[in-house]
Amino acid sequence: MKKKLLATLLTAAMTASMLAGCGSSEAATTEGTDAATEETATDDAAADDAAATEEGEVAEGEAEPDAVTTVGDPNGTHMECWSFVEAHNTFYAQMVEKWNEANPDRTIEITFTTYPYADMHTKLLTSLTAGTGAPDICDVEMGQVPNVYEGLDTWLYPLDEAMAPYAADMLTSRLDAYKGADGKQYGAPFHVGATVMYWNMAALEEAGITQEEVDAVVTWDDYTALGEKYLDAIGRPEGKYFTSVDTAGVDWMWIAMASYGEDWTGGSNDATANVQLDSVKKMLTMQQGWLESGVAQVSPDGHVDLEAGFQNILDHNIVSFPKAMWYMSRFINYMPEEEGNWYITPCPTFEAGQTCSVGIGGTGTVVTGQSVDTALAADFLCYAKMSPEGNTMIWNDLGFDVCNTSLWSDDAFAHDTANQYNTFFRNYPYDVLNEIKDQIGTVMTVKISPTINEQFCNVTLNDVLENGVDVEEALQTAQDVIALEQ
Amino acid sequence: MKIKNFLYSQKAAPYVFVLPFILSFCFFWIYPLFSTITMSFQDIGPAITEWVGIKNYQKLLKDPTFLTAILNSAEYMLLTLVLLIPFPMLFAVLMDSRLVKAKGFWKACLYVPALTSVVISGTLFRLMFSEYKTGQMNVITAALGLGTFKWLKAKATGLAALVIVCCWRWTGVNMLYFISGLKSIDTALYESAEIDGASSWQKFKYITIPLIKPTTIYVLTISIYAGLAMFMESYMLWAGPDSPNNIGLTIVGYLYKRGITKNDLGYGSAIGIVLLVVALFINIIQLIFNGTFKKEER
Repeated sequence: MKKKLLATLLTAAMTASMLAGCGSSEAATTEGTDAATEETATDDAAADDAAATEEGEVAEGEAEPDAVTTVGDPNGTHMECWSFVEAHNTFYAQMVEKWNEANPDRTIEITFTTYPYADMHTKLLTSLTAGTGAPDICDVEMGQVPNVYEGLDTWLYPLDEAMAPYAADMLTSRLDAYKGADGKQYGAPFHVGATVMYWNMAALEEAGITQEEVDAVVTWDDYTALGEKYLDAIGRPEGKYFTSVDTAGVDWMWIAMASYGEDWTGGSNDATANVQLDSVKKMLTMQQGWLESGVAQVSPDGHVDLEAGFQNILDHNIVSFPKAMWYMSRFINYMPEEEGNWYITPCPTFEAGQTCSVGIGGTGTVVTGQSVDTALAADFLCYAKMSPEGNTMIWNDLGFDVCNTSLWSDDAFAHDTANQYNTFFRNYPYDVLNEIKDQIGTVMTVKISPTINEQFCNVTLNDVLENGVDVEEALQTAQDVIALEQ
Repeated sequence: MKIKNFLYSQKAAPYVFVLPFILSFCFFWIYPLFSTITMSFQDIGPAITEWVGIKNYQKLLKDPTFLTAILNSAEYMLLTLVLLIPFPMLFAVLMDSRLVKAKGFWKACLYVPALTSVVISGTLFRLMFSEYKTGQMNVITAALGLGTFKWLKAKATGLAALVIVCCWRWTGVNMLYFISGLKSIDTALYESAEIDGASSWQKFKYITIPLIKPTTIYVLTISIYAGLAMFMESYMLWAGPDSPNNIGLTIVGYLYKRGITKNDLGYGSAIGIVLLVVALFINIIQLIFNGTFKKEER
């Protein structure tokens, strides 16, 4: 009898503990929801689209979602949306409310889940391969685009129809980056990611260099000359440079390729990659020269988008560097002290009149074929990421250079002083963007891209810039390795 | 009545109790193991999965990067073995002796790193090993007059950084294993040795070392595997699976790169299987030499 009582008690205790477990996890979810809703997108350092860089950083070991939140009309169509940046989900959530207001007959409710970068893409690819379990809408980081878009319309739902109302205003070169091999549009972009030149005008002025001189820089030769002038003016102290070159990032190479309209991937999945391009050779040779003459240093820890890079900028060790426009959010988030110091101009080119910018990084959000209502999901997605309403919110909350060009020259949008990005820099970022509107090139991200990036960031750039290896030789080695993978 | 009989049956009970473990073991270990073996012979595409025979393995043999990864992992494993067995053992003996005061405090100090997330500690170490002059390690070396280093760009310093992170993290865990091993040694043995006039060193050599051999073998076995399978530390130190000239690339790092970053799960599986075979091979040799498979002498 005693045994029986004990067994019953134990069972009861176990059941109770299980229930308690459920209860607490439920509570945790609700807490997560609250936190997610309360948090405004701008607060979040992750708004910087951290993973938009080529390295595909940010990954954690746990498959646990960082935040789950459900937003919208409970009676509407229910959907799932995944992202690897919480600020993206916060943005979509706000757009759901707007969508429901504007479309009372087609309301939706979306459950947003934020996963760590690697986990989300792995989960997405696995569920797409398996044919079940994928969300309706999902963010796909540029580096993963070739993997996810490989499934074309068996995996994804083309957005061509849904984006028709906005397509004319969208920057074509950016849309092209998110097309599948069949020419259909599978991804909706957040930003252009146009490269521009950032100048520390405060430091340059101290050295007696005026804004007119900076504006006069058209070619890399002008740039080098101005660099020498700056260094002479400050007496070439140790640890001070004009710019820094990257060993762990390929942005400079992309800028060079865009100038000559070249693309080392060949432009598609089937093309043969060729890294022995004149543009790349010119850029690397020029950078080697800078390192020799002291105009440039190698970016501490490899590129400017890391903590050491931020510190280097804060210490005014470098006073100019080219980077995509989304780097603006790094200033806001990591270098707020620099407010009012920096000035943005188009990038120099090798010869006057060349394409001076290239779109770097990005998130191509997709609608999966497994969606409960593919057309509705696509309509919502295009509304959120391509409509003027959506793009205004992207600019204000996330600080990206939006792809809807109709807004670029809109004074209320581009010169809005309530937007912190408009007031942080010495000039209006969109004025620069308007200036280079027709000069934003594209380097495709295709299947071979990770291999090229890996070879450059691991070996080639280190060899050329750190170890002084001959450019031709280093590129030949790179080409041999990349050819093995094709 | 039947259910009651079953529940109280002494024969069935043990099976019922181990069933949850067996089920989860089969589901989360055995099934993935076999599925990895099958996948390593396949080319896994978005829509179609093809059998490609031993093509993945042939490619592995010719892959210089994989060789780099194996060598890196092997060097790392050997270094961790050299550092992570003698030192924790020494600390354990010290903790077990009367020489140390406030043992709980020291044990906690050594053990706390194991409780921290690798993601957080890895990021902190990455910042400490920054090549920038304000990086903690560079501040220290500069104060010592050694100048600053590009820690994570050169092979030797990069490996040193990895081993430092590893030692920081695992010394306490291994020490705990050794402490529990030491506790199981009968104190009467030490007392009788003392009566026979044995010195501390002799006691350590002739009593402690032989009697904690099972613990040592256990620690050695898991350290070999952990050394070969290291990934997170390197991933966090270099903020991704890429490092200059692949100095931080490990076997699992390469598996991640191939399987996840490049979405080639077939090739990734082949890498995983090679890792399993290498770890099994080394451990079986090691266990044979340690006499684990010999019948117990009575």
